[in-house]
Amino acid sequence: MTRKLATATVLAGAIALAACQSKAPQALPPQPAGSTPPPQAGGPVPGSQADFLAQMQGRDVIYFDTDRYNIDSEDVAALQGQAQWLMRYPNKRASIEGHSDERGTRDYNLALGERRANAAKNYLISLGVDAGRLATVSYGKERPVALGSDEASWAKNRRAVTVTID
Amino acid sequence: MKKTIALIALFLTAPAMAQTAPVLRPPPPDEGGLTGSVSDEKEWQDLGIAIPAFATDANQPTPANAQGTGALGVEVARVITADLRNNGLFLPVGPDALPRPAYVEIPAPVWGTWSGRNADMLVQGYVKAEGDGSLTIGCYLYDVALRQQLVQKDWRLGPADWRRGAHKCADLIYSRLSGENPFFDSKIAYIAETGPKGNRTKQLAIMDSDGANHRFITTGKATALTPRYSPDYKSIVYLSYLNGNPRIYVYDIAAGTQRLVTQSTNPTFAPRWSPDGRTILYSMAVNGNTDIYSVSVNGGPSRRLTDAPGIDVGGSFSPDGRQIVFESDRSGSQQVYIMNADGSNQRRISFFGGRAATPEWSPRGDQIAFTHIAGNFRIAVMNPSGGDLRHLTDSWQDEAPTWAPNGRIIQFFRTERNSGRASLWQVDLTGRNLRRLPTPVDASDPAWGPVLP
Repeated sequence: MTRKLATATVLAGAIALAACQSKAPQALPPQPAGSTPPPQAGGPVPGSQADFLAQMQGRDVIYFDTDRYNIDSEDVAALQGQAQWLMRYPNKRASIEGHSDERGTRDYNLALGERRANAAKNYLISLGVDAGRLATVSYGKERPVALGSDEASWAKNRRAVTVTID
Repeated sequence: MKKTIALIALFLTAPAMAQTAPVLRPPPPDEGGLTGSVSDEKEWQDLGIAIPAFATDANQPTPANAQGTGALGVEVARVITADLRNNGLFLPVGPDALPRPAYVEIPAPVWGTWSGRNADMLVQGYVKAEGDGSLTIGCYLYDVALRQQLVQKDWRLGPADWRRGAHKCADLIYSRLSGENPFFDSKIAYIAETGPKGNRTKQLAIMDSDGANHRFITTGKATALTPRYSPDYKSIVYLSYLNGNPRIYVYDIAAGTQRLVTQSTNPTFAPRWSPDGRTILYSMAVNGNTDIYSVSVNGGPSRRLTDAPGIDVGGSFSPDGRQIVFESDRSGSQQVYIMNADGSNQRRISFFGGRAATPEWSPRGDQIAFTHIAGNFRIAVMNPSGGDLRHLTDSWQDEAPTWAPNGRIIQFFRTERNSGRASLWQVDLTGRNLRRLPTPVDASDPAWGPVLP
């Protein structure tokens, strides 16, 4: 559920989706010719952000401990999945969004979000993804996905989210 | 009456001794501030001050008030009263509860009217419409017991600036009676917040020190954060997500235009002015590593001041511009450090447990305000050597202190647990006078500018 919420928020942020429970956008921009296989009936367009989300099953997001930015074994599995998808669609670029929980001061959290996004980016590069395809952006504590003020919410907000660019 | 004279004589000649003088009135009700921190202001805080309506030589039309200069005189006295009362300064009584002196009485009070009113001090003044449309606002402070004028001043202002005349008068009273530097005639930049916690709309906004003349600067389409007024109030440096990435911009208030502080493909944030307004400090993350840089306000190459692996961020100049206090997690957690303005001689000063963040050097130079994170987030002050730690607030999350121009009051923002709603607050250095500042919507990231000339 948490991951679905995270997914929905990413979608909402990326493409201004109105209903947060929707799994996929109604309309997708056209794909560059020849870059992707033809769409299959019923499923998301292969190589699209919707396809990325469907393939990742929540592994588009990795999570961090308080004030930390190291990649743990669970993150490695997620980033390997992301890297495989990105290698399959070499024309796709991605932005990695770094976030912190609300229990930090604003400027520090911006720096911390940037550090987390870069940790994810560097790991993807180490797995063979071309650095030129990856951008980072930090939102600090400005875009929480879990809205409570408790440990469980904060753990969900200390994250790096990979968003592919359609 | 003898006690009043004794108190005033003590106060006027030796403020430092005032703490031995008798208390004439019970202290004002506690508004939630901490007690027992510092009590050097106790006695002069208890002075009763009568502030009747300002008189006018002839009721004349003015763009400052639909009913003319007579009604404006009442408004001026109300603004002065509110300035003093809202900041816990003295015991002011405003024009609505007092007789109205005639114009001829302003330089020559009718003492009998005031001596029976339990007022130690009397503020009288006038408002005069000048031929060119401007206003002259005159302000007189009298000692009722001594039947003596303590200070007098007048200001000529455009009608749109009439409130500044009231703030100047409040500053004159405050400075004369406390011995402190003025602070009322100043402005605040901050971030106005609306919308749900997960997707707040954040707009740059400005207002006078008392919340009047409020104005939104940005529309909120791009998230705006962490503004700082330039020392001359002509521009504001702040962070915007315009074009999707965090970058710092200098916004020109008169022109309504903005420009990037530095051209970079890297995120830039946490901008600050030097006291002379010629240099901007900022933080920039390169490959995830954040350091502090300085750049001329006119552009040109940046100078990197820190190079520790880790997050070096923020920064605040000492009043003489020679040193910078900043935060760094190079020791493993956020702590406060000082360096010379060229980046040399970096040394940690916070050694009291917990994390220490967002340091801001007092305009007086004697204190550093910061956010102390040890469980809750509290506003605290220490001296520039890291000693004399004192907490001024105790709430779930108070952060980002900014100093009043006279270094006696600190504003900050308070975030409510769960709802995430933020509001602006201020507290004086005693910790006793804590209050919320009224803003049209939720508010964060306050930045208090200097006193207007």
